[in-house]
Amino acid sequence: MSVPARNVYLDNNATTCVAPEVLEAMLPFFNDLYGNASSMHLFGGQVARHLDTARSQVAALLNAQPEEIVFTSCGTESDNHAIRGVCEAQPDKRHIITTKVEHPAVLNVCRYLAKKGYRVTELGVDKQGNLNLDELKSAITPDTAIVTVMAANNETGTLFPIDEIAKICAEKGVTFHTDAVQAAGKIALDMQKMPVNLLSISGHKLHAPKGIGILYVRRGTRISPFMLGGHQERNRRAGTENAPYIVGLGKACEVAINAMFDENNRLRKQRDRLEKGLFDAIPYTHINGNPQWRLPNTTNLGFEFIEGEAILLHLSAAGIAASSGSACTSGSLEPSHVLKAMQVPFTYAHGSVRFSLSRYTTDAEIDHTLAALPPIVEKLRGMSPFYADKLREMKAGAATAQQ
Amino acid sequence: MWNYTNSVIDHFTNPRNVGEIADANAVGQVGSLACGDALKLYLKIDPANEVILDAKFQTFGCASAIASASALTEMVKGKTVKEALAVTNDDIARFLGGLPEQKMHCSVMGKEALEAAIANYRGEKAVAHEEEDSPVICKCFWVTEKKIRQVIEENHLTTVEQVTNYTKAGGGCGGCLPDIKRILDEMVLARVTGSGKPASEGAAPKKLTNIQRMQLITKVIETEIAPHLQADGGGIELIDIDGITVTVRLQGACAHCVSSTATLQFMVQETLRRKVSPDIVVVQQQD
Repeated sequence: MSVPARNVYLDNNATTCVAPEVLEAMLPFFNDLYGNASSMHLFGGQVARHLDTARSQVAALLNAQPEEIVFTSCGTESDNHAIRGVCEAQPDKRHIITTKVEHPAVLNVCRYLAKKGYRVTELGVDKQGNLNLDELKSAITPDTAIVTVMAANNETGTLFPIDEIAKICAEKGVTFHTDAVQAAGKIALDMQKMPVNLLSISGHKLHAPKGIGILYVRRGTRISPFMLGGHQERNRRAGTENAPYIVGLGKACEVAINAMFDENNRLRKQRDRLEKGLFDAIPYTHINGNPQWRLPNTTNLGFEFIEGEAILLHLSAAGIAASSGSACTSGSLEPSHVLKAMQVPFTYAHGSVRFSLSRYTTDAEIDHTLAALPPIVEKLRGMSPFYADKLREMKAGAATAQQ
Repeated sequence: MWNYTNSVIDHFTNPRNVGEIADANAVGQVGSLACGDALKLYLKIDPANEVILDAKFQTFGCASAIASASALTEMVKGKTVKEALAVTNDDIARFLGGLPEQKMHCSVMGKEALEAAIANYRGEKAVAHEEEDSPVICKCFWVTEKKIRQVIEENHLTTVEQVTNYTKAGGGCGGCLPDIKRILDEMVLARVTGSGKPASEGAAPKKLTNIQRMQLITKVIETEIAPHLQADGGGIELIDIDGITVTVRLQGACAHCVSSTATLQFMVQETLRRKVSPDIVVVQQQD
């Protein structure tokens, strides 16, 4: 194997490495350009100019106006700001619509508001993780304050039709927020074509560092500030601007725009090769999610009769980083809420593994994984009582057929 | 990532005694695909002296489930059935140098499989979960009240979270958490008051003098009630004894605890009624 051990990183939906050009762009803002952007002197003015550039770079990724970009500390803050800020700005409306498969940064905010007296509709999904838009349409009432639906699912990569949902909400006059943390930089998000009101992005999912995010706020959207204090971000998000990280995120967005289309084709090919290779080599394997309509970098595979944490630890020993929706990996006792909502059968919900690629993923890494995983699955199935039952069942079937 | 001991990683990576025993005379299976882990244990027992000659396993589960099963087979080989039954889930965890608290249910599963295999050897009908003579408390993981009580007792558990970590009960929808709390409270109360056992010397005698009663109340509070409350980060102070009315003040964690009134009424009064006099009334000092 040409890949050195401990070198295969296929968990890019969890976090990504900081791109070299992003790090390079950030460094001057730690010691040379350290002024406070709000200050009335050269130190501040220099920094403010770079923040403007970064804001334009982020806006370009979304085909939005720079003044519609609010820098935050992370995707979770953006989601909190969007949902709580919209509810606070329309105190007479007491209904929220979301889905059962959202990230906890959305789901737990909605559940918190439910405890505070809001009515929350959590829309279900089908077995491939798709929403029923008619159900969404009929859930909207004059009391609905916000609809919040993710653009791409972090566990399966399944895409939701954000443009259609945005149009439905616009027609009904309801504010629409989308958590685009997994989608940004991977698929096109055009705010001129999609009447989305609010959209969250997290820097560390697109090769910027952890600790920076944005909330896109369409002009005219009614939303209260989340963080109170100074006048930064046009009074929408107080706190001294995190200049190095904002500059880094701007650079990451610029790189993503240039790379996206070429990268997507390459990524999709790599992902499909990995998926098909594992699918062919390992019987009783299932794809979780919508196989056509999903992120180009993500595959979520369910292996019957075995458990995800055991697979991950063996993969890790082989130098491969992936993640799992099994109960045991999270410390909870149930498989992931996403797989549960999709009614993935227990036979492979516990044995699901997510591989998520990035533009730095190499063909050699895919080769290494294709070679390493089948024997791991075989080893674990070799000690599984359910696989032994399955083999016995098949032998009995074959014997009957022979008679 | 979990902080597993080297021993857990070793038994996970190189599990001992994996497989089936063709002529096993004791087989026990617990858990299910739905639960996320399962263990099938095969034992070969010498009927002459009841020594376990061989032990093998098959398991579906995470690293600690595999390691617990591997450890269990190593531990019981060469033991008599009687010696093997004395192995507790805590022994399994200790054999592995400890398990993360959230993974203790893996060691409990090992113990259950051992009990099931030995029941099978003795020709006792394997008791299906559904038929077990005890109400099912956790319907997500099908855990009976009997099982919960047994694990609380054996592992001296004191919180609902621990019960979930050890038995999985309450780890699904969470609907049974109040029931687990009730069982736990009952058992903690029983532990403190020694319910079910004959009253200890001097307990609830018919004719106590005022002095004797006051001394006994003081003693019971100091030696039995206070240590229990201190274990939870709280405390109790005896303010006054007026006939059968005992006035106390709860301190520390207990005073802010939402269940402080219940604790007072339920635990302190019940204890004093059992140990001193059945007509005692406990009241809380108002600050």
